[in-house]
Amino acid sequence: MTLDLSRFHQTFFDESFEGLDTMEAALLQLDPAAVDAETINTIFRAAHSIKGGSGTFGFTAVASFTHLLETLLDQMRSGKRVITAGNVDLLLKSSDAVRELLHAAKEARQANVELIAHHQQALEAALATDGSAAAVAEAEPTPEVADGWRIRFLPQPSLFRSGNEPMRILRELASLGPLSAEPVLDASLTLVDSLPEDAHLGWQLTLAAPVNEAVVREVFSWVEDECTLVIESIKAVAEAPPGKPQLTVIEGGKGRALPDDRRSSDRRSGERRGDAAAPANGVAAAGGGGSIRVPTEKIDLLINLVGELVITQAMLAQQAGVLDPTLCEKLLAGLGQLDRNTRQLQESVMSIRMLPMDFVFSRFPRLVHDLAAKLGKQIRLDTIGADTELDKSVIEKIADPLTHLVRNSLDHGIESAEERIAAGKPAEGSITLKAGHRGGNIVIEIIDDGRGLNRERILAKARSNGLDVSDSMSDSDVNQLIFAPGFSTAEVVTDVSGRGVGMDVVKKNIHALNGQVDLASKPGKGTHITIRLPLTLAILDGMSIAVGNEVFIVPLASVVESLQARREDVHTVGGAGRVVRVRNEMVPLMALHDLVQLPVTSAPEHNLFILIESEGRKLALAVDELLGQQQVVVKSLESNYRRVPYMSGATILGDGRVALILDAAELVRRTAPALAA
Amino acid sequence: MSAHILAVDDSASMRQMVAFTLKAAGYEVTEAEDGAVALGLAKQGKYKLVLADVNMPNMDGLTLVKNLRMLPDYRFTPLLMLTTESTPEKKAEGKAAGATGWLVKPFNPEQLIATIQKVIG
Amino acid sequence: MTAATELVHTSQGRSAIEAMVQEYLTFTLGEEEYGVDILKVQEIRGYDTITRMPDAPDFIKGVINLRGTIVPVVDMRIKFKLGKVVYDEFTVMIILNLGRRVVGMVVDGVSDVMQLNPDQIRPAPEFGGGVNTKYITGLGALEQRMLILVDIEKLMSATDMQLMDVQAQALQ
Repeated sequence: MTLDLSRFHQTFFDESFEGLDTMEAALLQLDPAAVDAETINTIFRAAHSIKGGSGTFGFTAVASFTHLLETLLDQMRSGKRVITAGNVDLLLKSSDAVRELLHAAKEARQANVELIAHHQQALEAALATDGSAAAVAEAEPTPEVADGWRIRFLPQPSLFRSGNEPMRILRELASLGPLSAEPVLDASLTLVDSLPEDAHLGWQLTLAAPVNEAVVREVFSWVEDECTLVIESIKAVAEAPPGKPQLTVIEGGKGRALPDDRRSSDRRSGERRGDAAAPANGVAAAGGGGSIRVPTEKIDLLINLVGELVITQAMLAQQAGVLDPTLCEKLLAGLGQLDRNTRQLQESVMSIRMLPMDFVFSRFPRLVHDLAAKLGKQIRLDTIGADTELDKSVIEKIADPLTHLVRNSLDHGIESAEERIAAGKPAEGSITLKAGHRGGNIVIEIIDDGRGLNRERILAKARSNGLDVSDSMSDSDVNQLIFAPGFSTAEVVTDVSGRGVGMDVVKKNIHALNGQVDLASKPGKGTHITIRLPLTLAILDGMSIAVGNEVFIVPLASVVESLQARREDVHTVGGAGRVVRVRNEMVPLMALHDLVQLPVTSAPEHNLFILIESEGRKLALAVDELLGQQQVVVKSLESNYRRVPYMSGATILGDGRVALILDAAELVRRTAPALAA
Repeated sequence: MSAHILAVDDSASMRQMVAFTLKAAGYEVTEAEDGAVALGLAKQGKYKLVLADVNMPNMDGLTLVKNLRMLPDYRFTPLLMLTTESTPEKKAEGKAAGATGWLVKPFNPEQLIATIQKVIG
Repeated sequence: MTAATELVHTSQGRSAIEAMVQEYLTFTLGEEEYGVDILKVQEIRGYDTITRMPDAPDFIKGVINLRGTIVPVVDMRIKFKLGKVVYDEFTVMIILNLGRRVVGMVVDGVSDVMQLNPDQIRPAPEFGGGVNTKYITGLGALEQRMLILVDIEKLMSATDMQLMDVQAQALQ
């Protein structure tokens, strides 16, 4: 039977890469001083699975490399080899090599030979330091071929209890050549102490097949320890098989032909069944243990459909608002139920896309480990709140900015051990990654205890970049400068933080996620970066407001309050901007209809405001009417149109109309400084 | 009537390969991703043969075999280990636990079918 | 499915010579008659509720909700200063599917679907009507009528249509 195993390759690669991730995470957790057996076991298991799978699926390069890795791990697991930091490093590098081999296999390309050879040598060298394992190479006994074999096979009474069956063995022998058997009764057998499930019959067998002894032994390999087995060769000149009471068990040919027929007839039906049960391309069922792999497109389609359902439901609810409750009681009750169900459905569907922050955090131990070694620094990394869940799309997009920030902390923030000791700090620097919910947001923090930002250097750099700065600027304003394009204060551009990508890109990426980034720093004490992100990009809690005939959505997360201001609280500043007094604070004021430059049909008094806040700055927006709060499905304006100033997207209202979603960050950014200056 | 086989492996690709191969050969197959799941399934139904990987999280193959052998339904059932270890010690460990025999990885579908057919026809 | 798209389907699978015959949806802007490749037309709709966009030129009327996607609408009458700009129950909108983008355009009226052989198409003139000649692929001569054939995809992607971001334009 020839089966195409390529259909399992995707699953194999998926699980192997996952296995490597697991291995890497576990390796980084491994403390040579206090080795945890389960951690070693986890690492071993990952290597073991990759080896098994790659062998089965024909990726021999992966299999042979992983074999070395596994051997080393097995020695560690069984305590034959001590675990040292050097070993861990070697294993980490080897896992990289396996990754490269897997990628090469997946893309059907040549692997990076140099890299692999290098790591292979390192592994072999390590294995050679303890000769025992490497020398295990079995001394193959010279195969003995004979014309036939005389076999004495006396099963122990317990044979059946290991699930073995003498008939199978006899049948298998018969498949090798003509077999004759003579029963041998257990002389010690008494009926009193015999159990019906014990094996009491033995055989004296003669196999007239010119095969290797190993082939014969192989037939008995499962029961070697459960029987008395004597195998003797018969030379051609030797006497014919003993002839007395013979029991011809099975004819060689027949035993084989039967299964063959069966197979070919069963194959057709079997394959059909197999196909139906086989997962669709690229989808790999991860098993009955409660998880299943599904392509993201399917989930996104589901989310979109649920989004549509939410809109339809809202539309129905709106239409039903005019119905007489006494006449349409049942209909209205049904609509209420629909409302609840829709919401629950939406929540559950959204939660499918949620991934723990660990998805991103897990890459940092390795990064820190490698970079610290490279930079010759001692750094401890702590992660808090790795189980905080975030939408997959957000997680994917935050990984790069976060990596950049961590690299920055490592490279520029944390000082060398000497420098730290001189400054009276512990030699080991600390970086903490923290994630958690705050309000409707996810807050991610990167905290280091390094040297902090250098105000003078930033100012000097800003001046040389032609930025308009003054010495009287506040620290926080100075700190914000590092987010300016093309800004890098590093004295030496190292290959760690790299060139090109700067903090401005980090900031831009975070803004693209509707997020914000803030930075606080104390010279000599460290830097604390705070990133605020929405839970998901697909759904937004918003407040709907009206300006003239237009409806806009303001993200609830940025709404501080809505207020009715008295005329005397509104002041004109410099003839251009206006401010409104909110308690003791003067807040820049903007009329939404001016901002969006839409012709307004009504001419309201504009004394109704909503106060929004972003990046620590506030703005009062004059609106005509507050319509209420609602969850909206965010739709892109850019897929068919383009970016619209001050808008982050659009949504579809209950009546089918499109409403724009205000971009609070952009509003505050573009309007507030203009007024403040 | 086709024999019902329980295939246990924590590696999804191996498990799928085994299941697919056996189904193609006309067997009925149930998959389990570790020993604990397999033991639960085994208690609920009677499988004619169990194929189990050795190294698995939660419950390894050896423990699974030990546990299965204690169940009246599985005293004589063929329990085969799927193993990459071919050393005598590893085999002895399997036997001591109560395994019927083993299939050394890597194996191809043909080898798998041949072995299964030898055992349960 | 509209009559226009049905025609597209029935026209498929014919001989090679017939395949050279192209079908155009014709529409009017003022006194001029235009033709666009029928394969680019997704559907024809009446004019419905439009949400206006800030910072948009007057010919971009805003966006509509087309079964859950947000689609911009251009009023060609304003853009090319042709025809009377009124919005009533007779106002029609052609929804174009331009590969990666869907755009609606308001025209004076939709006439019919015409088949043109290559020999019925004259080269584009040096001077144009309302539409810049660089978007005109040719003139279709049909008895008494003259069709101005427009490369609608190119036209809608043009910078002055302001329908897409500059970066997106670079990618087109």
